[in-house]
Amino acid sequence: MTDDLVNVGVAEYYVTHNSHVLACFGLGSCVGVALYDGRKKIGGLAHIMLPNSKAITKRGNPGKYADTAIQNMVEKMEKLGAKRRDMRAKAVGGACMFSIPGAINPRNVPGPALGMQIGDRNVEAVKVVLKELGIPLMAEDTGGGHGRTMRFDISNGTVTVNSIKHGVMEL
Amino acid sequence: MSESRGLTPLQLDALREVGNIGSGNAAVALSTMVDKKVLLSVPRASLVPLVKVSDLVGGAETPVVGVYLHISGDASGSMLLLLAESSAAELADLMVADAEEELTTVEQSALQETGSILAGSYLNALSQMTGILLRPSVPGFAMDMAGAIIDFILVEISQSEDYVLVIETEFDISQHRICGHLILFPDLGSLDIILGRLGVNG
Repeated sequence: MTDDLVNVGVAEYYVTHNSHVLACFGLGSCVGVALYDGRKKIGGLAHIMLPNSKAITKRGNPGKYADTAIQNMVEKMEKLGAKRRDMRAKAVGGACMFSIPGAINPRNVPGPALGMQIGDRNVEAVKVVLKELGIPLMAEDTGGGHGRTMRFDISNGTVTVNSIKHGVMEL
Repeated sequence: MSESRGLTPLQLDALREVGNIGSGNAAVALSTMVDKKVLLSVPRASLVPLVKVSDLVGGAETPVVGVYLHISGDASGSMLLLLAESSAAELADLMVADAEEELTTVEQSALQETGSILAGSYLNALSQMTGILLRPSVPGFAMDMAGAIIDFILVEISQSEDYVLVIETEFDISQHRICGHLILFPDLGSLDIILGRLGVNG
């Protein structure tokens, strides 16, 4: 099974119809979004860093942002034969790893640093994008202050979450 | 600033020197704090793709203790002290004598303070060398997977970049099996300022 493990790194996404296990290791404020068409057994996993590509003038790769990553994944899955109406989503991550009172954000505006709320904003953005695309979010393990590893088994659609603080759970 | 700008060997050398001077100063501070000899590696300075950053510290799932400080002033960025769990426990024991296996609250604040002092001396040396004002925030503390601790920092500095500049030094206190990483992530937007002051701009 481990031969078929695909590590989806920060700002990457991966779509497949093979019975791989896709994984995001060490999600902090990043969010892992799994999309699955259970009829066709086609799935994809994105390791999202930022909520929205629209506010960014010079975009990096599309896998980094919730809107573009999910959109791209849906298109790729459709190309493989998945149907939008059969797609279901699960989301993991979006934690707040540090809290620093009185920290300054990168634009030197007093207030919480960007990273302080980025996890919540990522989760929120994922939900908005999924809603726009009409894909129901079936389960989530998001927020809090701890890191997570997520494994998504394409053969049956199961998502398992590991964390140092809470052990293993299945979504 | 372009997203994947190349840096010349001369510029990378200058940035490595930044790491050298900063971590040299930090090592002196650490050595004074714990009254032990602290050894430093040759610093690395490189542009690292986002995907690869957690590989620097042994993989995304490695349990670590991280002390994070945001840097503001003339240039901005982040500073991170990363310790393997066992190293963190050993270092805490050197500073706070207790018999607990788990890190206690007091030990956590001792580590947090250590991060703050190391970052302070690192940035001080840098400021003196370049004349750039660098102000560290109060330290944040986390004990978790390396990937989770680092991705938060990447978010802060890589809004529109797919690479981050990493200036990294490993240090160790060999008698006590303590080894850690001190990493400076300058915002790429601040890079021109830093390179300019180092006299290696363009």
